[in-house]
Amino acid sequence: MVNEMFDKSDILKALQDVKDPEIPTISIVDLGIVTDVTINNGSVSVKLTPTFAGCPALKVMESMVEERIKNMGIENVEVITDFSVQWTTDMITENGLRALKAHGLAPPPRLGNKPVQIELLDKVICPLCGSSDTELKTPFGPTLCRSIHYCKNCLNAFEQFKPVG
Amino acid sequence: MNSKYNEALKELLYKIADDQLIIGHRNSEWTGLGPIIEEDIAFSSIAQDKIGQSRHFYELLHKLGEKNPDIIAFTRSEKDFRCCHLVEYPIGEYDFSLMRNFLFNNSEHIRFQMLCGSSCKELSGLAKKYTGEIKYHIMHADTWVNQLGNADVEANSRMQSALNECWNLALGIFEEGPYLEILREEKIFSGEEELKNSWLEVIIPKLEKASLKIPDTNTWEPSLGGRYGYHTEYLKPLLDEMCEVFRLDPEAEW
Repeated sequence: MVNEMFDKSDILKALQDVKDPEIPTISIVDLGIVTDVTINNGSVSVKLTPTFAGCPALKVMESMVEERIKNMGIENVEVITDFSVQWTTDMITENGLRALKAHGLAPPPRLGNKPVQIELLDKVICPLCGSSDTELKTPFGPTLCRSIHYCKNCLNAFEQFKPVG
Repeated sequence: MNSKYNEALKELLYKIADDQLIIGHRNSEWTGLGPIIEEDIAFSSIAQDKIGQSRHFYELLHKLGEKNPDIIAFTRSEKDFRCCHLVEYPIGEYDFSLMRNFLFNNSEHIRFQMLCGSSCKELSGLAKKYTGEIKYHIMHADTWVNQLGNADVEANSRMQSALNECWNLALGIFEEGPYLEILREEKIFSGEEELKNSWLEVIIPKLEKASLKIPDTNTWEPSLGGRYGYHTEYLKPLLDEMCEVFRLDPEAEW
C-alpha cells in the first residue's frame, strides 16, 4: 500500500502549509491548534482545538486540513474539533511567535503559571519600533484573538495577539 | 449511562447554552450603537464569544441525542428555552447592558470554574477553555463598573439605578433546576445555591470598590421561571427576530 509510506511527521510537515486564514504568516501547527495526529491502516485522523470557541475560521481550517492531506494521496481523512486539550497562547511555537511579528502583531507573552491580568496587557512591546512605552486601548480588537494598543514612542496604534491561559 | 443521568446533564447544558445564546444576541445589538467605538467592538466581540461558546454546548447536546445545533438554536419555541430572565431584557441604556454583563459574566466565570471539575469530561473540557475567554469579559465589565461608579454623581447614580434594576433579575440566574440531586450525586455540578454564594463573595467587594451598594436583603425577590420555560415578554420578540431568516428555509444550504 502506498498509503503506508507516510508517518505523523510527514502529516505535520504538510500541515505547515495550512495557514491561519486571518493571519496568513502563521501555520496552524505553529499556532499550536493541532493537538493530535493518528494514523491507522492508511487513514489519518487530525484533532484541532480552537484558539477561541467563537472563532469563525474554524470550519474553514477543518476543510483546509482535510484538503491538504487528501493532496498527499490519502483518501481517508477525518478532522475533529475537540476540547480535551485546551489551547493557550503558550502552545504557539517560537517559530509561530516570529510569524506573528512578521504580520505586524505583538506576540503574546509566555504565561507559564501566571494568570492573565490587565497589567499583563499594558506595556506590551511595540512591534513597529520596539519601545515598551505603550498603553492598552482595548482588550477587544478586529478579531477575537487581538487587543489594541498605542505606542507613545512612535505614535502608532498596533495590535497584540492577546494572551489566553 | 442511565437516562436520568442524561436528562440531568441535558437540562444543565440547555440552561447554560441558552443563557449564552440569548445574552450573546443582546450584546450583538450594540454593534453599530456603542457609545464609543471601543465599546462597540467590545460588546460585539463578547457577543461572538458567547454565541460561539453556546454552539459547542449545542454540539454536545447533539451528541447526547438532541437535534443539530442550528435546529436547537433556531427552531425551538419560547417554552423550550431554559435561559434566565436577566439575559432576555432589551439592551436598554448602556448602563443597564453594562451592569447586566457585570453580574452575568461574573456568575458565568464562577460556574465554569466549578464545572472544570465536573465528572462529565466533555463538559469540563469546555469549561476549562471558556474560563480563559471569560476572563476578558470580566475584565471589561469590572473596569467600566469601577470607573463609572467612581466618576461623577450622574455616572454613579445611573450605575446604582442599573444595579437596582438588574438585581432581582440576576438572582434568577440561580434558580435551581429539577435535577439537583442527580447532578450532585454524579458530580456533574454542585448546584446553583453554591454558585450564588460564591458569586456574592466575588461581586460585593467589587461593587463596594465601585461605590455601589447591593439592595437590602429584605427586598430580594429572584425573578424565577426561566429555567422551567416561563419567560418574560421580551424573549418571544427576540426569538422571532433572531430566527426569522433560518425559519424561512431550515433546509437551506449556505
